[in-house]
Amino acid sequence: MTQADLARVCDLATASVRELNQMLHDLGPDTNATHWQVLNPRGRHSLAAGVDAAVTIEIDGHAGYYCAGMNKLATVVVHGNVGVGVAENMMSGLVHVRGDASQAAGATARGGMLLIDGNAAARCGISLKGADIVVKGSVGHMSAFMAQAGTLVVLGDAGDSLGDSIYEAHLYVRGTVAGLGADCIEKPLADRHRAELHNKLQQAGLAGQVDVAAFRRYGSARQLYHFHVDHADAY
Amino acid sequence: MDATPATPPRFSATFDPHVLAEIRRAAATGIYDIRGAGAKRRLPHFDDLLFLGASISRYPLEGYRERCGTDVLLGTRFAKRPVALKIPITIAGMSFGSLSAQAKEALGRGASIAGTSTTTGDGGMSPEERTHSRTLVYQVLPSRYGMDPDDLRRADAIEVVVGQGAKPGGGGMLLGQKVSERVAGMRTLPAGIDQRSACRHPDWTGPDDLQIKVEELREITDWQKPIYVKLGASRPYYDTALAVKAGADVVVIDGMQGGTAATQDVFIENVGIPTLAAIRPAVRALEELGVYRQVQLVISGGVRNGADVAKALALGADAVSIGTAALVALGDNDPALEAEYRRLGTTAGAYDDWHEGRDPAGITTQDPELAARLDPVLGGRRLANYLAVMTLEAQTIARACGKSHLRGLEPEDLVALTVEAAAMAGVKLAGTDWIPGTKRSGDGD
Amino acid sequence: MCGIVGLFAKDAALAAELGAHLATMLASLADRGPDSAGFAVYTPPIDGAVKLTLRGPAGYDFHALAEHVPEWIGIEPRGTHAVLAVPSALESHARATLAMQAPELVIVGTGHSMELFKEVGLPADVAHRFQLERMQGSHGIGHTRMATESAVTIDGAHPYSTGPDQCLVHNGSLSNHNQIRRELQRLGYRFATENDTEVAAAYLSAKLHTGLSLQAALQESLHDLEGFYTFVVGTETGFAVLRDPIACKPAVMAETDRFVAFGTEYRALVDLPGIEQARVWEPEPATVYVWDRRS
Repeated sequence: MTQADLARVCDLATASVRELNQMLHDLGPDTNATHWQVLNPRGRHSLAAGVDAAVTIEIDGHAGYYCAGMNKLATVVVHGNVGVGVAENMMSGLVHVRGDASQAAGATARGGMLLIDGNAAARCGISLKGADIVVKGSVGHMSAFMAQAGTLVVLGDAGDSLGDSIYEAHLYVRGTVAGLGADCIEKPLADRHRAELHNKLQQAGLAGQVDVAAFRRYGSARQLYHFHVDHADAY
Repeated sequence: MDATPATPPRFSATFDPHVLAEIRRAAATGIYDIRGAGAKRRLPHFDDLLFLGASISRYPLEGYRERCGTDVLLGTRFAKRPVALKIPITIAGMSFGSLSAQAKEALGRGASIAGTSTTTGDGGMSPEERTHSRTLVYQVLPSRYGMDPDDLRRADAIEVVVGQGAKPGGGGMLLGQKVSERVAGMRTLPAGIDQRSACRHPDWTGPDDLQIKVEELREITDWQKPIYVKLGASRPYYDTALAVKAGADVVVIDGMQGGTAATQDVFIENVGIPTLAAIRPAVRALEELGVYRQVQLVISGGVRNGADVAKALALGADAVSIGTAALVALGDNDPALEAEYRRLGTTAGAYDDWHEGRDPAGITTQDPELAARLDPVLGGRRLANYLAVMTLEAQTIARACGKSHLRGLEPEDLVALTVEAAAMAGVKLAGTDWIPGTKRSGDGD
Repeated sequence: MCGIVGLFAKDAALAAELGAHLATMLASLADRGPDSAGFAVYTPPIDGAVKLTLRGPAGYDFHALAEHVPEWIGIEPRGTHAVLAVPSALESHARATLAMQAPELVIVGTGHSMELFKEVGLPADVAHRFQLERMQGSHGIGHTRMATESAVTIDGAHPYSTGPDQCLVHNGSLSNHNQIRRELQRLGYRFATENDTEVAAAYLSAKLHTGLSLQAALQESLHDLEGFYTFVVGTETGFAVLRDPIACKPAVMAETDRFVAFGTEYRALVDLPGIEQARVWEPEPATVYVWDRRS
């Protein structure tokens, strides 16, 4: 029997999002229902939100807002696009979007990896708190706004105000950056950064496909860590 | 001697000593004045309202023998497990970080003895608070510091914070001296830096998207817990209506007297409306939507005694929340510490530089030595005593108005002493039939 | 407080199905805005004529009204609304006649092409009531509303039309609309509601009236309007989208060689033909996007 044969299937054409999420929340740590397929999502919100189990959930289609919100341990794959706030406040696990992500992808995420095959829109990684985000396409404006910890790796371009008001998150962008936000500057790509970048790319399944030397690193100038009147413009 | 009669020196009401000192301070430092607590200026408030006790036309209940109920259920609209409180007074959100761990523990202990809830703040849930609070409301703030789904699942209710009374439209603030290692760890920040906080939520803006966010929080917690929406008092009629439309089980409105750990003084004093002015518009919004008493209303901002509790309930609130008052009960601004307040350049009763983290009472500090001065068990006892007194006071007043339960209080039990208070509270000016400003239209714009 | 949609057809075949697609798009956003809905479609114009969309009380006899005015070309009732076609030269006369004979009617929109309908109810019901699914047109915009007031009334429903063939839908909240309204009132504009969207519509009409292009008018609005807004605008030949410089409110667009579409959420676009191959993007902040039938 293959993995696919063992998959639990939930068809949202007949089941409700509430039923799906309750089934996922009821999974114990030793469950053998480790593979789930969700059919006909049709852009519904909060799909697989609040999962706390090491299972794989595949969503066949487009998801709405907060897909895999606050995910713990699970691997969630979306075969389509996602709306606002995918994997918001994720704690661990992997969320993989095969299409594009809307605004605030990975917002406040604290652990695990968010991988986006397409583009992410504005505010990707806003207020990031330790997770790793890899975007194969481009990210929109205000990405990594107030990003505190974690990494954002962008193979494409970044929009305006990248890293505005950033704390200690590490940003790596291969394409062009339309503009840097307050207190965000380009920083040297030292060996340890290359190693970190290589590590994230490897986790994203891109090892050997992408040259780390092609990236530029961005981070905090740390001028806003203590209020000073001469920086008042930046607040 | 033919001396010209001298006039005494005259201060300007506009450029009074406080204003002059503030201008000098701004010129010297180039930074706005930051402080804690709520609006300090005189405002129309509960003091301007009086109860109409029983007489020939209305009969009182016997004190102590005839019961006056105080229990309240919050979150009956959608949650499977509403929050049951023994008294209609809760402890408002105050962060671990702005307060010491000892203070949070004391608040939890006291609230649990009294049978009511505490609320986390802008830093996440601390183990002390969850352990010691029988009922804990978990805040979801724009910063999302320490946000953890396990804490959502451990909480008894969830409060989405749109704003607070001291600074509607502003975000959290914690200066470096209070960003200790432990606080920094919980908030994922470098220790010792000034925390910058967002004023908008990162993943939603506006009531249409708040509705989707509220649903997500319900989904994550399997629709078990009530979802509160907390607002700073600004446009309470519209904001209450929108909170209801976004799916709130409970609406919390915090007036400008509501305290903060730290924000700009001008923000505290000049943005937001008095608590008294926020209650009737919020109630009217609930009534017009047909959800009054199904969506509960909690009022905070300058609640100090049982009379305030009774008045807020009479105006239509289901419960009140206290912040500053709870800290005072724990020992904040105690005259016994006057020598130390003097060394800080202030005096007992006026100390509000809570952002500096040097609180001699050990409440609004992260300094381990200072924080150790607060005995959480004793503090808890003091808070429980204070809550008991407030409850007894409210019951006394309610019985005098002929009520067997606090929720029986109504606006017609009140009159106002001033035209402003009468207009804001929507009650008659004492001795008259006049309620100023009763055109039935939306408040504000 | 709402969901907005827009569709601009690049070929005649899609124009023939425009209403059907717009109806599907509107219905998909029902939970964002369950209280009222509205739409405007730019239908094929009648030579030398202008169309007035009228709204009246339930059960109003529009045919009886038109019977008395043979110069009028025709009237097409749909529920509480009706599209009245009159020769262009007779437009002001028609307005005067309506004001006198049928003061209970409101003119919700006027234009060579534009027909505008809006009402209380779920978007799918409203669309069906006015037979949106059968309408053809070059472009159209729509809106579903979550009422901010408690009483759900027709006031406050979008689209707002403040000029011939002009209409606008809005997701967001302006913050300086009161002073803009006062300036427009001084210019002679009259307002039926306190709504911020009505102000935005009138602002644009005022700018267009001075001879500015749709592009230029929207560019100026970036400077003059404060708040969070996503606008979708229709003019006789134009279809435009604008997000404010901060762009917090959601917005998604899709383009193929057959159409340009806008939706507050991606799911509004999922059933459009060829969506799988469409270029999908989220409009940049403070950037005016305009498509014009003439180009």
